[in-house]
Amino acid sequence: MTPADSIPALSIKNLRKTYNEKLEALKGISLDVMPGDFFAMLGPNGAGKSTTIGIISSLVRKTSGTVEVFGKNTDTDFSAAKKHLGVVPQEFNFSMFEKVEDIVLQQAGYYGLPRKQAEIQTEKYLKQLSLWDKRQTPARMLSGGMKRRLMIARALVHEPQLLILDEPTAGVDIELRRSMWDFLREINAAGTTIILTTHYLEEAESLCRNIAIIDRGTIVQNTSIKNLLQQLNKEVFIFDVKGNLQHLPVLSGHHVAQIDEHSFEVEVEKGQSLNGVFAQLTAQQIEIVSMRNKANRLEELFVAMVNANKNEVQS
Amino acid sequence: MTASEQWIAFLTILRKEIKRFTRIWIQTLLPPAITMILYFVIFGKLIGSRIGEMSGFSYIEFVAPGLIMMAVITNAYANVSSSFFSAKFQRSIEELLVSPTPNYIILLGYVMGGVARGVAVGLIVTVMSLFFTNLHIHHWFTTLFIVFMTSVVFSLAGFINAIYANTFDDVSIIPTFVLTPLTYFGGVFYSINLLPEFWQQVSVLNPILHMVNAFRYGMLGISDLHIGMALVGLTVLVAVLFAIALHLLKTGKRLRA
Repeated sequence: MTPADSIPALSIKNLRKTYNEKLEALKGISLDVMPGDFFAMLGPNGAGKSTTIGIISSLVRKTSGTVEVFGKNTDTDFSAAKKHLGVVPQEFNFSMFEKVEDIVLQQAGYYGLPRKQAEIQTEKYLKQLSLWDKRQTPARMLSGGMKRRLMIARALVHEPQLLILDEPTAGVDIELRRSMWDFLREINAAGTTIILTTHYLEEAESLCRNIAIIDRGTIVQNTSIKNLLQQLNKEVFIFDVKGNLQHLPVLSGHHVAQIDEHSFEVEVEKGQSLNGVFAQLTAQQIEIVSMRNKANRLEELFVAMVNANKNEVQS
Repeated sequence: MTASEQWIAFLTILRKEIKRFTRIWIQTLLPPAITMILYFVIFGKLIGSRIGEMSGFSYIEFVAPGLIMMAVITNAYANVSSSFFSAKFQRSIEELLVSPTPNYIILLGYVMGGVARGVAVGLIVTVMSLFFTNLHIHHWFTTLFIVFMTSVVFSLAGFINAIYANTFDDVSIIPTFVLTPLTYFGGVFYSINLLPEFWQQVSVLNPILHMVNAFRYGMLGISDLHIGMALVGLTVLVAVLFAIALHLLKTGKRLRA
């Protein structure tokens, strides 16, 4: 590890934001994201994720606290801090009347890139994001997915070391979402630190190594995805039976519940073998045609943590 | 940001602004040309020939500098107020706010965009006026200085208007209820010497009168007022409006949550 690697890509200390002296959106959060990480910020609506990103990108004024990007303070050294940063916001924020190429070229100009270099990098990222053929198209003529990719190309054109994406795949179809995931994995592998907020927990589980769960302006969990998933001590599987379910099977050591006349669910403790479940079902002459995990594992944890935080706040 | 990076950022904003108003030239460059031709035909030729001389010049010669200034004022203001408010409305202003571009470069870029349109329209109207009268420049420095500084003043005013505006109505209120009356009463069509003493004193409070008068002096060499006051007044006005606009940008008034 070089000394540069020990400086966090993003360091947030005791960040607070109160809107109109009433609504406390952030209650003193602290967070470090190390260089090269693929980091997820999860939280329900209104948790404070977008406010945090807004403060990092200077679109929201913080009430107190500090933000450093690769060791550069966003208050005292804002120019250097911003050069390291690329932001893809949640909502479209480009001129609908301008052409795709102009939007990306202009962004390069705002970062002081000479025209020639800006043209080379604009071409590079528009091609990578499959927008090169649309470069002369006014932004308003693009599909929703293309608009999202345009915002990613725009955020990358100055080649930032830290890329923050606020729900980048919201409203994007599955195929495009997968291709965006591949692209993000590629640029992360090439060295760009990525912070992602998302509602799709599968997205965080699939892409990210570390995670912070934010709820009501506080971080309720900040750990690796691996550690987080280890906290799960049970999973629920749904079994679909052949024909109608005549009676609910009795499975020793498992909680069983009927879903409908064709399916039932079984709770399985961590480390418990499924062989025993199948053996008991076979003995009871219940023929299984398919089986699936009831819910995204991360989703279960997420809901549990947010509920626990809710109860804590209320008590 | 280094000085050369700031220069690139400035040129980027300026290029974007010029591209914007030339792309929609039917809305930005054509209307003032048509309007001014109508003014020249009606006030200059049809009515002007019956009015006779004003301050020693034919009416059309007298009115031409005022009409050029009127076009410069309204277009410099409209360019910045509509462009910046539109960027705010569509949230594309965030492209600049998240970048390392310093606030004064953002301000200079938009203001020079307004100056570019003001001067471009001024030139178009000047060329149009040549079909109706002969124009001479009596004092080059005063003429160019006044056109430039007037464009800067109204670009800055348009910028401040756009920062405070919440709706497109807010952008049109000032031009309709403030700029147009002040311009029409700003000596575009008459010499204030024609007014009773009281209204002459009132008119002197109108800053546009000083700008129009100084520009007319630059072209025709005649003046109803002290020219130095216009030159100094414009410089002070630019400094004050620039400071206000920069302060609003720095504090993020209606731009940052």
